[in-house]
Amino acid sequence: MLWLGVAYLVALGGLFVTAFWTTNEFSNTLVRVWNTDNFEQLFTLDVYRTITLRTIGVAVAVTVIDAIVAFPIALFMAKVASQRWQRIMLIAVLMPLWASYLVKAYAWRAMFSSTGPVNSLLDPLGLHLGYGLPATVITLAYLWLPYMILPMFAGLERVPDSVLEASADLGARGGTTLRRVILPILAPAVFAGSIFTFSLTLGDYIAVKIVGGTNQLLGNAVYDSALTGSNLPFAAALATIPVVIMLVYLAAVRRTGALDEL
Amino acid sequence: MILSRTAKAALAAVTGLVLLVIYAPLALVVVNSFNTSRSFSWPPDGFTTKWWNVAWRNTEVRDALGLSLQVAAVSTVISLVLGTMAALALQRYRFFGRDAVSLLIILPIALPGIVTGLAFQSLFKSMLGIDLGFWTIVVAHATFCIVTVFNNVLARLRRVGGNLEEASMDLGAGTFTTFRLVTFPMLRSALLAGGLLAFALSFDEIIVTTFTSGTSRTLPIWILDHMFRPNDAPVVNVVAAALIFASIIPIWIAQRLSQGNELVGAKT
Repeated sequence: MLWLGVAYLVALGGLFVTAFWTTNEFSNTLVRVWNTDNFEQLFTLDVYRTITLRTIGVAVAVTVIDAIVAFPIALFMAKVASQRWQRIMLIAVLMPLWASYLVKAYAWRAMFSSTGPVNSLLDPLGLHLGYGLPATVITLAYLWLPYMILPMFAGLERVPDSVLEASADLGARGGTTLRRVILPILAPAVFAGSIFTFSLTLGDYIAVKIVGGTNQLLGNAVYDSALTGSNLPFAAALATIPVVIMLVYLAAVRRTGALDEL
Repeated sequence: MILSRTAKAALAAVTGLVLLVIYAPLALVVVNSFNTSRSFSWPPDGFTTKWWNVAWRNTEVRDALGLSLQVAAVSTVISLVLGTMAALALQRYRFFGRDAVSLLIILPIALPGIVTGLAFQSLFKSMLGIDLGFWTIVVAHATFCIVTVFNNVLARLRRVGGNLEEASMDLGAGTFTTFRLVTFPMLRSALLAGGLLAFALSFDEIIVTTFTSGTSRTLPIWILDHMFRPNDAPVVNVVAAALIFASIIPIWIAQRLSQGNELVGAKT
């Protein structure tokens, strides 16, 4: 029954063993000698440090944007909308989740194209937003937004109205209630959502290809060295970076109780 | 509720705006599929159904679509069987390494797709020496599709508990009769939800597929291959528009299900 799980574990294990091998520069064949050259290269070459930092930056930006955008929608859905509207909006928010990832990224390629709607709006203002990092961040934030709205909505729905009324009765204004009652309760849900937005961004290389111009993220570097450069050991070493970042992130978020919200 | 009238209005306005931004890009793709201009200049030049015709006759697109549907169907069946078995085993029995197994099942979804893809490629190519093709894609897809089935079934099992099954056994039904007459009917809608998700996940997958497909091309791979060629742009756009329409189907099915909520919420 667990053959797939075993196959997967063997594959993962194999991958990380491969990270300690090298390829022969002339014949491009695997040299199965244990060494840490790949990791030394990773730490000494500036390119990879830049790419790693850029990837983390994009992941943080995407997560923050999603959290900010998702909050009013989740609040509206949970506390303002009637039952019927809540249901309609849940579907409206989730419909795009079912649409193909590729189609959505492609849609943003059309939005940001030099003759597309975004630039036909911006051109009169003397601005231009072409393919590049900002476009990547917007596209990724768009792609992962439902993953942030849903846990937030679930978290807010669990806050009883009586708690908010109690806060108001004790003299707190809307802003104070928001800051001292709603946000602390909501924190685990936000972190739960951020696990998705963060890990999905770390592993992504296709959206960057589609709307990112010439910019590269970690995923692209892994992809390039695995398929184009056919240097599997180096790709494997590179791939450990997002895994390590994700493990550190999970460990950090675990304290907030976010894992129970998944 | 503590929110003032203005705060509510502001929230509604922001929500409306965000929903608009969510749907604008999708609408653009649909509009562009009827655009006479090859370069999709905005606003559109004129209306034509020519590209839909061209795309319909494109055999490459049809082949890719066929492959995608087959892969998704087979992976869904595999993950339904294995996911249900795993969920039953974990919920009903306590055994050594139980937590490790549940972590293992979730791992393929938690790790970046590129890591999973790379791991499978090195497994198939360097370790096992298998040619990449239909079955390697299916195995890779089934691995992460199991999670959706597993989660749905596990949630259902937790909710209904084991009392009904015990009652059935007490009344003299054997293990298989109990499964057929009691367990399976309880699980049916959860299985449908999990299966639908698994199908959608596999149909849409591109990253793991890139690493495990070799020369065969699923629909997402075809789209990616042709996206950067200006000549193919109209056809790619029609395929994208068609996929947007197709994504209404699972939502529609979800609504038809009595436990519709479970399905729409299942993807979290």
